[in-house]
Amino acid sequence: MTSPAESPPLAHAQAPLPHFTPAVEVLSAEKTYPNGTQALLPVDLTIEEGEFVTLLGPSGCGKSTLLKMVAGLLEPTDGRLHLWRKPVAQLDESGKKMAFVFQSPTLMPWASVQTNVRLPLDLAGVPRAEADARVTEALALVGLSKFANALPRALSGGMQMRVSIARGLVTQPDLLLMDEPFGALDEITRHKLDADLLDLWRKKKLTVIFVTHSIHEAVFLSSRVVMMAARPGRVVEEFRIDAPYPRTADFMVSPEFSRYAKLLQDSLLRASVDTEETVA
Amino acid sequence: MSTPFPSAPMASPVVTAHPAAAPRSAPAPVAAKLAAKATPKRPPLMGQPRVLIALWQGLVTAMELPPYLVPSPILMMKTLFTDWAALGGSLWVTVKITVLAFVVATVAGVLISFLFVQSKRIETALFPYAVLLQVTPIVAVAPLIIIWVKDPTASMVICAALVALFPIISNTTLGLRSVEPDLQSYFQLNRATRLQTLLRLRIPSALPYFFGGLRISSGLALIGAVVAEFVAGTRGPGGGRGYPKLAAGASPQHPPMFAALLLISLTGVALFVLMAWLTRVALGGWHASETSHD
Repeated sequence: MTSPAESPPLAHAQAPLPHFTPAVEVLSAEKTYPNGTQALLPVDLTIEEGEFVTLLGPSGCGKSTLLKMVAGLLEPTDGRLHLWRKPVAQLDESGKKMAFVFQSPTLMPWASVQTNVRLPLDLAGVPRAEADARVTEALALVGLSKFANALPRALSGGMQMRVSIARGLVTQPDLLLMDEPFGALDEITRHKLDADLLDLWRKKKLTVIFVTHSIHEAVFLSSRVVMMAARPGRVVEEFRIDAPYPRTADFMVSPEFSRYAKLLQDSLLRASVDTEETVA
Repeated sequence: MSTPFPSAPMASPVVTAHPAAAPRSAPAPVAAKLAAKATPKRPPLMGQPRVLIALWQGLVTAMELPPYLVPSPILMMKTLFTDWAALGGSLWVTVKITVLAFVVATVAGVLISFLFVQSKRIETALFPYAVLLQVTPIVAVAPLIIIWVKDPTASMVICAALVALFPIISNTTLGLRSVEPDLQSYFQLNRATRLQTLLRLRIPSALPYFFGGLRISSGLALIGAVVAEFVAGTRGPGGGRGYPKLAAGASPQHPPMFAALLLISLTGVALFVLMAWLTRVALGGWHASETSHD
């Protein structure tokens, strides 16, 4: 994405091509349900390693469907999805790991915080001592070390979501998929978790795909926003949010932030208008 | 004297109903509950056992009812002591059959449920037979079983287990299927094996339903045991054991039948309380049914 500057014409043609590793490649993947409902028209999307991409759109636009196809929870009706150049089902061969964080904390209510976070390691057969060390580390990352032995019901919604994130991080994933993870939380808690998530993303050099319907959240978090529209679900526009990281609370009140928010809002309105016309 | 006559005989089941209600109001060990100690929330005056028993005694005395119609509580307690040898022996037979049948029904029910949840097709194919088993009256089937199975205890255990089986199958199957979809997806994403999913997800999710089934089945096992004893007593080779031996052998002058009835009811209540306690131990920490009212 080099911009043609005032340098001599065609000088950039000989510059080295930008090098990047695609983490996620969605190759014309689409989803049609057996009853004929088109959940998602063919999507082409390439996500580089280390990007923070947000899927933004009104409900029914297929953003969760797209995320679940990337995770391998849904099969595309047509098209393919690759993770590090391997089909989603063969992710293990690339030596990369993926973690999924759901909209609700989806914790096991009968198990302690510690056991919940250890679950993916237990399922993978990681030795207990090593697993426990990593659980301790993951809980420290989300600031819940003191609650290792608590049951989920003893925690607030925001804390439960942190446990869910710790469970996602404990496998040391390269790709983190998040399906409206903070949608059910109050605004203050959400801002806090958004900021924490950005820290983790930078610290761990993760690739993140984040589904949301909040414009502010999208602008604050993303390096790129993919705008989607509903009925039928499809990708309509993409935006690069070039504001530098680390982004702080100051960024949220800056004119730059407002400009991006306005841009996305207009786009979201257009996407919604399209939808209404299709319905009518 | 204006009190209607039938109120006195009805007193017996009402008395036994109280300890059944107790575990809901007092989260304490079984012994304490049975001892009917002063709990923070007392049942209304009419529901208190001592009031009902006093009322019963008063009515029997006041109306001069003969003991073969309705024995007074005092007479019943006396009988319990004087006839304890016969009563206790018979009760032991019934309790043994009940407990054996309950264990058999629980183990069989759980195994059948595991089979059912392996695939929807297996369940569709076999569930009707479970229903058939449930709706066929045990009194009609018991004579056959008693003829087929030589050992009288075994035959009665089978009868009682058949009665107690269905709630366990039905509830456990429902429970094993009641897994939160996202959590199920999470296990799928982490490539959990069938066994891992069963042990770590399905079984814990099913526990609240399973214990609900146990509560129903414990009472049914007792009813099934008594019915089987009756049938065995009239048709079988054993010549009658347990509860019916008492009921049948009771002379009109003595109230052991009522004492036996009291013992059987108390056994049922004890089983229920035990199940409630087990449920609390297993789910107390996390499930809404056990945590919402404290």
